[in-house]
Amino acid sequence: MATKSMVAAGERARAAGGPITKRRRRMNGDMVIAFFVLLPSILAVAIFIYTAIGWTFYISTVKWNSQIIDYTFVGLRNWSRLFSDNRFYADLRNLVYYAIGFMSQCIIFGFIIASLLDQKIKGEILFRTIVILPFAVSGIVTGVAWRWLMQPTTGINLLFAKIGLENFQPVWISHPDYGMWAVTIATSWQFTGYVMALYLAGLRGIPQELREAASIDGAGTYATYRYIIIPLLMPVTFTAIVLTGMNSIRVFDVLASMSGSGPAFATDTLAFFMYQSTFGAYRYSLGATIGAFMILLSAFLIVPYLRSMRDEVER
Amino acid sequence: MKSLNRREFMKFAALGTSAAALAACAMPTTAPGAAPAAGSTAASGGATAGGGQLEIFSWWTSGGEVEALNALYEIYSAQFPDVEIVNAALTGGAGQGGNMKALLETRMQGGQPPDSFQVHLGRELIDSHVVPGRMEDLSFLYEEEGLNDVFPKDLIAIASYDGKPYSVPVNIHRSNVLWYRPSKLEAAGVAAVPTTWDEFFEAAEALKAADIPALAVAENEPNFSGHVFENILITQLDQAGYLGLFDGTTSWEDERVTRSLEILNQAYDYANQDYLSTSWGDINDRFVADDGPAMMIMGDWTHGVLLSKAFSDYRWAPAPDTAGMFMVLSDSFGLPKNAPDRDNAVNFLRVCGSREGQDAFNPIKGSIPARTDPDLSKYDEYLLSAMEDFKSNTLLPSIQHGAAVKQSFVLDYAIAINNLATNRDVAAAQAMLVQAAGDAEFGA
Repeated sequence: MATKSMVAAGERARAAGGPITKRRRRMNGDMVIAFFVLLPSILAVAIFIYTAIGWTFYISTVKWNSQIIDYTFVGLRNWSRLFSDNRFYADLRNLVYYAIGFMSQCIIFGFIIASLLDQKIKGEILFRTIVILPFAVSGIVTGVAWRWLMQPTTGINLLFAKIGLENFQPVWISHPDYGMWAVTIATSWQFTGYVMALYLAGLRGIPQELREAASIDGAGTYATYRYIIIPLLMPVTFTAIVLTGMNSIRVFDVLASMSGSGPAFATDTLAFFMYQSTFGAYRYSLGATIGAFMILLSAFLIVPYLRSMRDEVER
Repeated sequence: MKSLNRREFMKFAALGTSAAALAACAMPTTAPGAAPAAGSTAASGGATAGGGQLEIFSWWTSGGEVEALNALYEIYSAQFPDVEIVNAALTGGAGQGGNMKALLETRMQGGQPPDSFQVHLGRELIDSHVVPGRMEDLSFLYEEEGLNDVFPKDLIAIASYDGKPYSVPVNIHRSNVLWYRPSKLEAAGVAAVPTTWDEFFEAAEALKAADIPALAVAENEPNFSGHVFENILITQLDQAGYLGLFDGTTSWEDERVTRSLEILNQAYDYANQDYLSTSWGDINDRFVADDGPAMMIMGDWTHGVLLSKAFSDYRWAPAPDTAGMFMVLSDSFGLPKNAPDRDNAVNFLRVCGSREGQDAFNPIKGSIPARTDPDLSKYDEYLLSAMEDFKSNTLLPSIQHGAAVKQSFVLDYAIAINNLATNRDVAAAQAMLVQAAGDAEFGA
């Protein structure tokens, strides 16, 4: 983007006239400087991101499945092994559960809280801080705290019992079928504040005249939200979907400290599977295969996002 | 400011950032997840026994374990007061010490080992660290300290690869112990502690009638049941049959394995109801609670843990149907190649192998010493009985604790048994065990 704007500036300079040769020399000088300024980040990104990604894909095609490094090429054997593993399918199922639970909670609650905070209320800064504070808490701390809260015999269940709900004692994260939904409560608690901040910024960007015009046209609160605010916030929603979606694919820290893989993979994720394969069972190539699969999965989210961003820039 | 100054500034900035990036690239890379202590340890590199640090990895963080490890450290510090001990203990994870092993693996792969680390004697030590060529041969230490004469020959054989010892065992633990609370059995009218699985289920019925869970289980993630299951396997398979599971001569599809799974599956009916929510770390608190379970099949570190909780309403017996058998595991410390403070580490291993060290460590840890010449006055009733059993019983290597099998199988095995605990499907669990054995290439 920086390069693009620089080129645009150059074009503007040319259009404005002036001695071309001098301008060109200066532009080249700027380009050289720009190149050197950008070089460290380009190198860092190339080495630590793209080389690492390439290396991961390479390791997924070799036979390094013990502590002894083995670069024997085995083609797609690690991939076929992954695709024949029941744990992999349990993880995909969990990913769907998690993504639905996490994304919907973050976006719905984030939007509602942002709308409430946007009503010019007293103490807005205080409430905003309270809502966004969990985002500053580390995933590990969140996981440990919620693990205690969700212990069947203590925590939230104790509160339920105190208010007369002795018969409503869910097992939360330990449930073989619904454990993953319980995890999303914890992670949404952490991430909703961030989505709220996105929405609040979006809401503040909507000109007051639009709301006034709608109100003059007779639109009530519902109609204003339905036809004016929500459509105008679509880019924010889209960003929130991409961010929470990416988060769903790579969720690890909260989960590792909260429930691990859970009973019979109830709360297992691809990231946790990758971690255990690599550092628990020393199956490096299998771990790399899972990592490579996660990269491909993320690309499905990222590519449409980048395209829409490009469309927006072009508009 | 003139534009020239701005451009100069940009040039300097570009040069500065490039230089910084180059400097960063030239710096030694730190393994991901390395503890902050790693950098400082490396920085002090080459320290001799006169000072420097001693970084020890272990998964000993709970009551009994910490105190035992501290007892070793105290002896060490008395001898080497200038050495700063960095106790890098980390608990949790699948398989005993899963999180520590994961961190250790990143450090080892990154070429930045700690000075010494806890490792189970047997396949875990050999397959994970010796075969990949990461450990130093300790023959010199065994000779200097006379360890060849004081450790049982069989134990040295388990610590050795190609006839050379690679770690110093600090203790012997027994896996197949049934811990029980006499008051609970009494309350349910159970006259004697069950010695067979049939008696166990009879007692369990009586306990159930009295609304007392018979068996403590903690299976919120794979681990605990794997321990219980190895102690059922040895009741259905004889010694040769059990050992055959790991060299391919006994199939994991064997009907005796099926029967073992069925026994465990039945036992879950009498476990604490919330066993899928209980973690291994919490189980001892549950066991000592007023409404806790009556029995628990767990290794004899439980003795140290219960002692540290000042709990006394418990007795012990061999796990059902395992009288005369001693499911053995042993914790040991080794010397990684390129240990940053090698001299300090060697001195620590001397303490670990010494009579003084073992007699300080084991009574607290609730284990018996690996040495055959302990000061018996320091050991309590349970430990003295365990020493007797160790001498006379059939010794069998533990699966869950890495004595019999390599680490990757331990993980798959624990997951298969966790699946049984959750889904209660014997056939599915057995299929997972069969696949795990195939992956581990037993007998290949």
